[in-house]
Amino acid sequence: MKLLVCVCKTPDTTAKITFTDNNTTFDANGITFIMNPTDEWYALVRAIELKEQHGGSVTVINVGLNDSDQIIRKALAIGADDAVRINKAPTDAYDVAAQIAEYAKDKGFDIVFTGKETIDYNGFNVGAMLSELLDLPFVSLANKLDVNDGKATISRDIEGGIENLSVATPLVVSAQKGMAEQRIPNMRGIMAARRKPLQVVEPAAIEPLTTITNYELPPERSDIKYVDAENPAELIRLLHEEAKVI
Amino acid sequence: MSILVFIDHNEGKVKKASLEAVVYGAAMNAGDVVGIALGEIADDALATLGAYGASKVIVDKAAHFNHFDSRAYAKAIAAAAEQTGADVVIFAHDSSGKSLAGRVSVRLKAGLVSGATQLPNTDGSFTIRKSAFSGKAFADYTINTDKKVISVNPNSFPAKEGEGSAAVEAFDSGVGADAVSITVDSVSRMTDTVPLPEAELVVSAGRGLKGPENWGMIEELAIELGATTACSRPVSDDGWRPHHEHVGQTGITVSPNLYIAIGISGAIQHLAGVSSSKVIVVINNDPEAPFFKAADYGIVGDAFQVVPKLIDAVKTFKAS
Ligand SMILES: Cc1cc2nc3c(=O)[nH]c(=O)nc-3n(C[C@H](O)[C@H](O)[C@H](O)COP(=O)(O)OP(=O)(O)OC[C@H]3O[C@@H](n4cnc5c(N)ncnc54)[C@H](O)[C@@H]3O)c2cc1C
Ligand SMILES: Nc1ncnc2c1ncn2[C@@H]1O[C@H](COP(=O)(O)O)[C@@H](O)[C@H]1O
Repeated sequence: MKLLVCVCKTPDTTAKITFTDNNTTFDANGITFIMNPTDEWYALVRAIELKEQHGGSVTVINVGLNDSDQIIRKALAIGADDAVRINKAPTDAYDVAAQIAEYAKDKGFDIVFTGKETIDYNGFNVGAMLSELLDLPFVSLANKLDVNDGKATISRDIEGGIENLSVATPLVVSAQKGMAEQRIPNMRGIMAARRKPLQVVEPAAIEPLTTITNYELPPERSDIKYVDAENPAELIRLLHEEAKVI
Repeated sequence: MSILVFIDHNEGKVKKASLEAVVYGAAMNAGDVVGIALGEIADDALATLGAYGASKVIVDKAAHFNHFDSRAYAKAIAAAAEQTGADVVIFAHDSSGKSLAGRVSVRLKAGLVSGATQLPNTDGSFTIRKSAFSGKAFADYTINTDKKVISVNPNSFPAKEGEGSAAVEAFDSGVGADAVSITVDSVSRMTDTVPLPEAELVVSAGRGLKGPENWGMIEELAIELGATTACSRPVSDDGWRPHHEHVGQTGITVSPNLYIAIGISGAIQHLAGVSSSKVIVVINNDPEAPFFKAADYGIVGDAFQVVPKLIDAVKTFKAS
């Protein structure tokens, strides 16, 4: 099976978020970047498990500049076979999807994995856009996936429940919790990753459909009001009369 | 201008998040709001969308739309957008919207803002605010194309019911059964509670509860309040609670009217997923727990003492 996994970098989950240039640019100063959690923990690991089970190869792809190489090497250390980096700081989700589609369209991948969302731009967009550009079925929010004889059986989250479905490959899947367990790269993996191929591809000319023009931090919460632990009835009164939420 | 809203439905009823999407479309005040529904559903159920601001609903009831297939649905919705001349297509940012908005955006070559929390600002450019960095910030996106696709964050626009009834018209999308490639084998839904992403009231608990055997009082409090239960990540990782209750930066992002956090420390990754809640209540026995800094109301105390009293207080409140 030929598998492609889309991975990107995001600020570390503990990062304090600030902006510069009059609130138009994310301030990356002093920020540690990690591989986007759903890409790493679920999409990548499940792709590697499928390869271990059925044979084939796992390629990781990233749209980014060489500051993505660190997370790409980590993906190789976890067990991907090779990597492609499309050499461009992406402008929006459409740009990412279009660059990846341009690369993937004639390569015959059986499954293209994305994470469900990035924890910085929280789009949930790239997988859906990519599937349309490739004219493939798309299953979002998958929490389980098995493949047998070219048929994928998938379980996905829907509001308040689960949908079980089947679909022939090729397809695009966005992965989330449940699909696999996080793998920590070992020393052998890290050494091997240094010798695995990372191909840098020049980007296609794509016009972004959207532009971020301003960022803002949420307003601080006004001061907390404490209620005596012996008197929770007072809390209920406040929630009803003051906050008006019950 | 004309606005098309995708209407998702389940067991004969329009989903709440789709009602909110109609309310959003109507609040844009920018032209007729038309709904597009797919699959079998009674005309009466669709006509009620008039009370939320839709003037008309078009529906392709072909049986092959009875199960969700993002590719076939996207083709049909894009066909509806062309036929109605829609300039803006709106989805709920829910499990179907998350699969469709990107596809329709590509089909229509229309810029997409997903998870909008505010109405567009249309003086000069077309700019929409959404939450970014998992609730740690807002980002304003300008859409550069003539056509636009927006998905609306659940619970950002209350589905207030007004007066009126929408005209319901049959629509032939031209998308046949051959466009469907996904077979839905089964669907299982919890029917007794509001799904977490849609919930207006959430009762959430963390490792302070010590073990899964202690969740009885959390569930009871939730039932009394009509709330949905949630949990912190370690609680779901350890299998005390199901995965779909995990909220936070790497779980579900929620924005209910009320979030009650019991025995949760308030780590930055947890706060990221809940900080857009309108009111936050924290119950924790450690007065230094970081969650208190992000809360509107707090009780410093032992959950095992406080929660039973709180349940009694809710019962008394409901009886009064
Ligand atoms: C990459 C990454 C991603 C993460 N993503 C998430 C995420 O999405 N969501 C998430 O929740 N976490 C996430 N975490 C974990 C997060 O950092 C915290 O470890 C976690 O939120 C702590 O869970 P907790 O508050 O339930 O447990 P603890 O930190 O152990 O806190 C328990 C709290 O209960 C209180 N307590 C103890 N006994 C009582 C009692 N009897 N009565 C009342 N209070 C009591 C304690 O004072 C304490 O504040 C992530 C971590 C990493 C590294
Ligand atoms: N720059 C990128 N390069 C490669 N894949 C990406 C990039 N950005 C996003 N993705 C993939 O698309 C998924 C969804 O991203 P988003 O639509 O931004 O929430 C992520 O989980 C990744 O798998």
